[in-house]
This record gives sequence, C-alpha cells and structure tokens, in this order.
Amino acid sequence: MRTLIIRRIATAIPLIVAVTGVTFVLESLVPGNTARAIVGASGSPAAYQRLRAELGLNNPLWDQYWQYINQLVHGNLGTSVFTGEPVSTLLNQRLPVTLSLVLLATAFCAVVGVLLGVISAVRGGIVGRAVEILSLVGLALPGFWVAIILAAVFAVTLRIFPATGYVPPSASVSRWLWALTLPVIALGLAGVASVAKQTRDSMKDTLAREYIRTLRASGIGRRSIIWKHALRNGAIPVVTVLGLVFVSALSSTVFVEAVFVLPGLGSMAVTATSQHDIPVIEGIALYFTVLVVIVNVLLDIVYGMLNPKVRRS
Amino acid sequence: MSEIAVVARPQAPSTGRFLRRALRKPLGVISAAYLVLLTLACVLAPLIAPYAPLDEDLTHVQGGPSGAHLLGTDELGRDVVSRLLYGGQLTLLGVVECVAVLLIISLPVGLAAGYLGGWVDRAVSAAVDLLLSVPGIIVVLAVLAVFGSSMTAAMVTFGVLGSAGVIRVVRSAVLSVREELYVAAARVSGVTEPRIVVRHILPRIAGPVIVQASLFAAIALAIQTGLSFLSLGVAPPAPSWGGMVGEAASLIDQDGWLLVPSGGIIALTILAFGLMGDAVRDATVEGWSARSAPAIRTVRRPASPTSTPASVPIPAGPEPGDDAVLTVRDLSVSFDAQDGPVTVVDRVSFTLGAGEVLGIVGESGCGKSVTALSLLQLLPPNGRISGGRVLLGDQDLTAMSERQIANLRGNAMAMVFQEPTVSLDPSFLVGAQVAEVVRRHDRVSRAAARRRVLELFEQVRLPDPAGTARRYPHELSGGMAQRVCLALALAGRPSVLIADEPTTALDVTVQAEILGLLRQLRDETEMSIILVTHDWGVVADICDRALVMYAGQVVEQAQVGALFREPRHPYTLGLQDCNPQRWTGDGDLPVIPGTVLPPASWPTSCRFRVRCRFAESDCGLTPIPLEHSTGEHGADDREVRCIHWHEVAPARSA
Repeated sequence: MRTLIIRRIATAIPLIVAVTGVTFVLESLVPGNTARAIVGASGSPAAYQRLRAELGLNNPLWDQYWQYINQLVHGNLGTSVFTGEPVSTLLNQRLPVTLSLVLLATAFCAVVGVLLGVISAVRGGIVGRAVEILSLVGLALPGFWVAIILAAVFAVTLRIFPATGYVPPSASVSRWLWALTLPVIALGLAGVASVAKQTRDSMKDTLAREYIRTLRASGIGRRSIIWKHALRNGAIPVVTVLGLVFVSALSSTVFVEAVFVLPGLGSMAVTATSQHDIPVIEGIALYFTVLVVIVNVLLDIVYGMLNPKVRRS
Repeated sequence: MSEIAVVARPQAPSTGRFLRRALRKPLGVISAAYLVLLTLACVLAPLIAPYAPLDEDLTHVQGGPSGAHLLGTDELGRDVVSRLLYGGQLTLLGVVECVAVLLIISLPVGLAAGYLGGWVDRAVSAAVDLLLSVPGIIVVLAVLAVFGSSMTAAMVTFGVLGSAGVIRVVRSAVLSVREELYVAAARVSGVTEPRIVVRHILPRIAGPVIVQASLFAAIALAIQTGLSFLSLGVAPPAPSWGGMVGEAASLIDQDGWLLVPSGGIIALTILAFGLMGDAVRDATVEGWSARSAPAIRTVRRPASPTSTPASVPIPAGPEPGDDAVLTVRDLSVSFDAQDGPVTVVDRVSFTLGAGEVLGIVGESGCGKSVTALSLLQLLPPNGRISGGRVLLGDQDLTAMSERQIANLRGNAMAMVFQEPTVSLDPSFLVGAQVAEVVRRHDRVSRAAARRRVLELFEQVRLPDPAGTARRYPHELSGGMAQRVCLALALAGRPSVLIADEPTTALDVTVQAEILGLLRQLRDETEMSIILVTHDWGVVADICDRALVMYAGQVVEQAQVGALFREPRHPYTLGLQDCNPQRWTGDGDLPVIPGTVLPPASWPTSCRFRVRCRFAESDCGLTPIPLEHSTGEHGADDREVRCIHWHEVAPARSA
C-alpha cells in the first residue's frame, strides 16, 4: 500500500516536469513573450533588448528552464507581468475559492449521484429514466450556459441565491455555502449523471453476485444488503469516476467562476490569458497539475481502504 | 498458403455492416442528419442567411421572434438566425480542426502501440498516462495567451491533449483484433504488415474510433463555445455561438430570450455528436455480441408470487405428516424467457421430517438447484414460483410477503452454496459477516455476537476460530470458507438447512470432511437437511431418502437403501450405472446417451423417453403420472414416474 502511494507520487514528478516544460517552451517560442508584454507594443527596441538580457531571455532555452525549475523548487513562481506581484502570492489568495468550489461540487456529485444510482439500480423505473435523461442533459448543456440559466432563474428572477461574489468560510460558513450553491450545481450537473450511471451499473453487477444471495439466505435485511454490502463492493469504479469528476470540475471552474464572478484560479486564468500574463498561467497550470496528482494519490489510498486484497498485500 | 490459413478462414467483419446498423437507430440517424444540415447551412451562410451578421438595425433592438427575424434580434438589432449561421462556421471549423488533429495523432500512434507492442507500447502508454493527467483547459489557455487569440491554435492544442484517450482506445482495439484468427491467417499466408493493418485491422477498429471521435467532437464544441463565451479566441463583434451566449448573459435582467437560441443550438449540436457516438457504439457492440446474446431476458418479478393451481389435475401429493418440518406440494417454478414463461420445475412434491436428510439428485439442468432456491424464494429476478405450496410447519411460504420471507431466512431455513469462496462478501472480515447475521437473529450486543461467532466457528470445527474471524474471504481455503458459510447458516439456529452441491467445488479429502461435519451437525442439532447433489456417493454417505429429478420433474422418490437396491426409474438406474464408484473397470464407463433438453422443448409425455433404453411407443402418448409403487416396507414409501418400472429392476441384475 505504502509503496503504491510512493510510486504514485514518483510518477507525478515527470508529469510536473512535462507540464512546466510545455508551458515554458510555449512562452519562449512565441513573439508575445514576457519582455514584449512588459515593454508593451510601443516600447523602444533598445528597452526591449535590455529587458530580454535582464530576464535572461538570451540564454539557451535549457538554461532558462533550469533556472525556472530552480526557482520553482524554492517556491518562486515568478512575478505577474501585469501586477508585478509574486505569482505564488496571487495564486494562494485565490486557491481557497477554487478548492471550495471543486470539493463541494465533487461532494455534491458523490451524494446525489450515488443516491440516484442506487435507487435506479434497485428500483429502475422513473428514477432510472431520470438518470438517463439527466446524463443526456448533463452531456449536452455546456456548463457556462447552465451557470447563466441558474443565475437568471434563482438569483436574478427568484432572488434566492446571490448571483455573484464569494464569502470565505472563515467569515460565515452559511453564507459561504449560500454563495457557492449555484456555481456548485452548475459545475456538478454533468458529474452527477456520470456518478449515477456508474453507481447503477456497478450496483447491478454486485447485486447479482453470489455473496449477496448468501447474505439474503442468511436473513440479512434489504437495507444492509444494498447500502452496506453491495455499495461497498461496487464503490471502486464509482470512486474512479469521482476522481474524474474532480478533474473535470477543476477545468470547468474556468467558465463557471467567470459567470459568477468568483475570485478563484479559474477566473484568474481567463484574465491572465487575455492579458498575456504567462507567469500566472504557468503557475495555475502547475497548481492544477499538483491538485490532480494529489487527487490521484488520495484515490489510491481510498482504493486500498475499499479493497482488502490491495490493503493486505 | 499454409494449412492454418485454409482451416481457419474466418470472415473479417466489414465496416459497412455496423455503419448500416448504426443508421437503423432513429436517434443516430436524426443526429447525423441534423449535423449534415447544420454544416451545410453554416457553410452556405452567405447564400442563405437573411441578413449580414453585422447588419445593425437599431429600430429593432431585442425584438423577439417575428416573420422578419425568425429568432429575433439582439441588443444592436442584428438578426439572430444570421449570426448563428455565420457563427457556426467558426465553431464547426474549430471542431473539425480539433478532431482532425486528434485522429492524425491517435490513429498511427495507437496502431503502432497495439500492433508493435514491446517498448513502443510501453513508451506510448507512459506518455498517454502523462497526458491524461494534464489539466487540458489550462494548457489551452496558456496557448491562447501566447498565440494572441488564435482559436485554431487552441483547438489544435486541445486535439493533441485529447488524443491520449483515443490512443488508448485504438491500442486496446488493435490488441483484441491482432490475435484473431483472420488476422493470424492473413499473416501466415504472407500478406504484408501494412496491408494487414489497412485491410484487416483498420476496418475493425473503425467503430470504436468513430465513437471516440464523435464524443470528442461534443467536448471540443463545448470547449470552443466556452472559449468564445469568454471572448478568448474570437474578437467581438464577429459572431460566434459562445459569444452570443455571453452577449445574451449581459442582458439577463432585461430579457432572457436571447439565451435560448444561442444556448439551444450549442446544446443540440453537442447532443447530436453525443447521440451519434452512442448509436455507433451500440451498433458496434451489437455486432460483436449478436451471437452470444442471452436468450433469457431480465423481467421484473411481480410483488408476490402467484400460486395458481396447476392446470392439469395431478394425484395429490403427500399429506403433511405429524413430524414433517417442511412440506412441498406441487411446487412449480417458471422463468421468463423471450417467448414467454418457461416452466423449469414442474409440480414437485415432498416432505421433510425432523432430522431427516433428503437428497435431490439429477444431472445439471434438471431443476435441482432451482427447486432448492425457490424454497427460500431466492430465485433470480426473472424466475418465480408459478404454482404449488411450500409449507414450513403450518406456515405457507408462498403466501408470504418478501418481508415475511426475509424474517424466516436464516432462522427457520438456511442455505449453503456450491462455491464457498465467492459466497462470502470479499470486503468484510469473515468474523464481522457472521456477527452481522448473529445480531440479525439474536439481537445481542456486539461483544456477545463476537463470542457467539467463536462458538459457531468451533461448532463447524474451524481450527483457529479467533484467527479465522480476523481474515478476509480471499485469505481462506475452499474448505475453510465452506465451514464459515456453514457457520453463517447455523447462526440463526435453522430447523432446515438447504445445501446446494456443498462439496462439489472442493477437493476430495475436504469433501469428506464437510460431509462428516454435516452429519455431525445433524446429530447435534436435530436439523433437517436438503442436500442437492449429482454425486451418488454423497447420497449413499449421508442421505436418508432421495428425490431423483429429471427435466424439472420428480421421477423417483424412495429411501436411499431401496433406491440403491432396486432402482425403478430407468433414469435412476442410468445415473447409478454411470457412477464411477460403482464401475468395475471393465470396458468403458457407461453413460446415458444424449443430454437434458432445454426446458422449452420438454415434451408433455415422458421426458426421458428419447434417452431411455426401456422406451416403448406408449411412453410418448400421455403425461406419465408419478405413482406410488409398493415398496418392501409398505404401501406409500416410494414413488416412480414410469409405466414400465417393473422391467427396470430386473435389468440391474442382468
């Protein structure tokens, strides 16, 4: 189990090198690079050349990358071209917003998706059809459009939820939840459907197993069979899907944070893109990659907890 | 041309076939037609659009749908239909770029990985794993930040990132095709490798690739419109679907209408790509599984089993005796199949006395296990009791609700199954599983339940009760697992234990131990046992009485001693003759010719007739009743379903 986790973390290193490498190469390849962005289109060629030398942009590429990695290891992600602030400071301010959003969306998918999936596995019928329709809808409706509709209906028309803004949980947990309800639903809608489908398929599979028949023959009640034995045994593929839901919710924050004007990493990525603020984009790419790696490691731990064959070997 | 190629001349499945099958799916056809029409309309926008996309008409601002403007006008009075058509050009172009890049990368790389294997495969797999963990959208944004606002650059990047998933699909499809006979045959007969790939492998993997491309097109469309919604990659006022959603969103507190056409066309188009992919996938899957499709459909089981009397009058079964623990009368079980219900157990009757061990014997497919499962109503979802009664003492189990039955399971009647290692929940310690059953029946504290588990484990002679309790099922041997299953069954102190081939999956020495244990348990607890088996050794070893079943019917029932001394049904005789333990070693081991027919083709007359060496013409005329035949100890102690039984017993000695 421990070696499994260590191996997972070890495979993250080439991943981080690759992601940083890709963004780094992109940056240096292209005319709209950092020096040009700082000097501006109207800056004199002399100033541009001076800045290039200053930033080390005339050194060989691998040397620049080595410098960058060196800085990275020391927690230095460079400074924002636009605001001049350290990238790590900017990102750390915004990380809690995105984390709240994505974790809540994943939890929302887990609870609602598993509930719907179990019911449609056991009962089928209306809930089963609802899951089918929801998965079509979840696939078809783009997240940003769902976000706008939710905002239009529940914030603008019905005035139940705030349309924009973020409240940190340290200020008020209830208002934090309130502010994030609509964005979480917009992020989670597609995920609910895929979790529900996976739960249904995997529950149907486990409920047909012989040990379920043994438990029934021993008089164990329906509730325990469904929620304890079948769900526990069917949980592993569901957990895999939840990992994917987390990753896709993380990507969707780019759109959803923009709609609800939430000060998270996603909306920052959009701003940085339109401002050509490469160091910030690089930083966000790194943060997202690290988050994905952490989730993968957590998934491995959960697999081990769910599967005694993995845990005991 | 080698021999292999001649012998194995399998037909390569054609690409066209599943495309045709896909086109038979109405949703797939509608989706494909929609996409074709949409593409045409967007390409021909300059010809068919009623207005230019940037034509402003400030006198008709935010006009709803009208004759002049079918979908209304936006905040600058521009025609929505025209903007959608022109905007679609860019959107669909983005999707095409993305999918083209995806295929250009994933097809050759996936083919190489799957076909060449070795280090190529390992390198590709590593790269794919890497690429799959990259947060794609951020990389796309980085590209956009660098390349100004080039939507093409963004979509190409997204195609590159997306190729990882498709490479994986292509690779595994190639792997499964590579070893198939027709490919091997082509290779042996000297077809060159590139030709094999083009002629034999590509057509076969086309299905999964089309599915992936189609589903990825849906994602690409969502990304393209999302980016243009964020004004990345497209500069207003140029029309784009995502941009139109954005413009509509800014007017949200005045008028929601504009969100409908812009969001609607995006949703419809994504849906069309998704449904087309699904249709092709279903068609592909059908093509591969058409032959192995199960004949029996799953049909929901009615809330309570109907116990309608059998249509044909039959001789009354045995009356419940004074000491009868379980009385089964005219029990019939049917399964729902494609052509309606099929009866697989036909009016089975027997009684089980206290402490009695009753064997149910027969070949596979004769309804032994189904009979056993139906007693506790543990039939699969498509099976149900279609007639007769199961009386436990004086309670009629067939008249009970599922909840009432559930309360009897485990304490009145319990069951053990054939495969002990898969009969235990793999996720829980065996001690905890047995403890849950104990607490279900005894309502005691956790500590008391733990103590009872150890008692039960001692009762089933597990060598190390405490140690075993802390193990998972996969850490037990078959014999130990079967003892745990017995402990599970004994936890509710049942008066009847049903054992369905409890020793079949075990080693011979372990079989003897488990049988010995069953006998000891019967002696200790006065429990009655129903033992389903095909093994006459087991019957002789432990059973008091046996029921021989053939094709869903009881064909003979007698005390075990009488049954061995003087079998009266030809099937009983045949089964005993082909028992290896009785075989003297001279000549071939005798067998009963033929096999048990599937339930749907059982005749109304004697079902064994076609395999019977005593059969005569009168056997095929009418249903053969199960008749009491006088045994050596009195009138009613044996039954046989054969009109020629008088000829059978003498044949044994002959």
